[in-house]
Amino acid sequence: MSVKLVELDRVSVQYRGFEALSEISFPIEAGDYTAIVGPNGSGKTTLIKAILGLVPFEGQIIFQGTNLSAFKTTQHIGYLPQKISFFDPWFPATAKEVVLSGVYCCKKFPKRLSSSDHRAAEKAMGTLGVQDLQGRPIGKLSGGQQQRVLLARALVHRPQLLILDEPTVALDPQTREAFYSTIQKLNKEEGVTILLVSHDVGSAGRYVSKMLYLDKKVVFYGTLEEFCRSPEMSGYFGAGQHLICHRH
Amino acid sequence: MEHLFQQIQESLQYAFIQRAIVAGCFMALGCSFLGVFLVLRRFSLIGDGLAHVSFATVAIALLLHAQPMVVSIPLVSLASLAILKLNEKARVYGDAAIGLVSSFGIALGVIIASTAGGFNVDLFSYLFGNILSVSTFEVWMTAGISLVVAVVTMLFYHDLFAITFDEDYAQVSGVKVRTVNQVLILLTSFIVVLGIKIVGTMLVSSLIILPAIAALQVVRSFRAAIVLAGAIAVFSVIAGIFISYLLDLPSGATVVMVNFAIFIVLFVSQSFRLGDARG
Repeated sequence: MSVKLVELDRVSVQYRGFEALSEISFPIEAGDYTAIVGPNGSGKTTLIKAILGLVPFEGQIIFQGTNLSAFKTTQHIGYLPQKISFFDPWFPATAKEVVLSGVYCCKKFPKRLSSSDHRAAEKAMGTLGVQDLQGRPIGKLSGGQQQRVLLARALVHRPQLLILDEPTVALDPQTREAFYSTIQKLNKEEGVTILLVSHDVGSAGRYVSKMLYLDKKVVFYGTLEEFCRSPEMSGYFGAGQHLICHRH
Repeated sequence: MEHLFQQIQESLQYAFIQRAIVAGCFMALGCSFLGVFLVLRRFSLIGDGLAHVSFATVAIALLLHAQPMVVSIPLVSLASLAILKLNEKARVYGDAAIGLVSSFGIALGVIIASTAGGFNVDLFSYLFGNILSVSTFEVWMTAGISLVVAVVTMLFYHDLFAITFDEDYAQVSGVKVRTVNQVLILLTSFIVVLGIKIVGTMLVSSLIILPAIAALQVVRSFRAAIVLAGAIAVFSVIAGIFISYLLDLPSGATVVMVNFAIFIVLFVSQSFRLGDARG
């Protein structure tokens, strides 16, 4: 039987008087690889922010049986933010310093790094194939390398759930495929549960196990198989559904 | 050369030079540590802005016949929090918030000085402080505040790094972004108030900005940026004081010039290195 890692129960978010999300309910089971898709402004990023505890919401988010408000989720969630070219290319930080900043979430004041933190950072960089870049300034790396370093930062504290917000926007097609296969490996081999927000539903469909179609409310939630058979989703996507399901 | 060392040795026998060097070094360390964070967060002109605010607070203190430092520390701290609040809440960008508060400070200072009259000379001596006239009490105050800056930088090092690199991610990691921002800006206001008496408005903001940008030309890691900025700042103060003594130049301006020369050297060497890498 699958174990529920996170359960959203009628989660609503008001944003400047508008309802950005309305009564969202769905489970995230351990080992799932779920894609959240939907049009612009459908509330995908807002949903992620609610799960990360960054925006106030109504309803309940239950994390491993405990209410979100009483649970320090940051220790259990890894997060890869949307933009990767946000930082200054001259920022004085080595790739390893950036990866190490991923362990701060689990530290009490005054935060000190131990040798096991350094080992964890080296291991995470090894898993993502960027161990040789440890001492290189982050701004001097290519887009794909930066993305891997930021992914290592998200994974260094061994989270159970990894949230990726449009991770492939700034990547060229080749790097994008390599990135997706890395994520798939993490999911299959390391057992990390993945929640992926993506516009790139075509690529995502090749790897994910569950689909959530969001448009301020849950339009569809189910396995990829159910998504591909859904006449309602055919209505939304038309021929695109076949591209996602790779049945063309 | 021997003659030069003899002169430097001779200058060190004067108590005012000793106090200037001790206070200057502590001030340099405090300013440069804060400077790395402020410069990288595009808040580098905050020192300048707060120094302008202290122009008004010193005028208020002189009007009330009160101790300028006692009046300035709370008022300038309030102004620094106002800058932060304006930047967070209202539709005011960080640099514009600094401009807004600093022009208000200057205008208020000028109005108080012109209506009250009689203390203009006093007021201007605060605006262009003199490192060679630092009192023992001011040396202790500077050392105290700089030590607080150093301790806070060490205790919050990882939080400060996280916020400086990626504020959103820091928030996701559970860093108390607002609190750390407030601590950073309050420490800046303390050091600026001390600085206006000791080194003058001009030197305070340049001690915040110049060592940080000079160090940023050559470093690869964040830790190295802080250490090198501190070293450049201390070296500039010591070299600046000696050069000003030997050549009979204004000390504050000489310190700035040494700092600037170091920046130019590092900037040019970095440009050559990049040129070589490309070629």
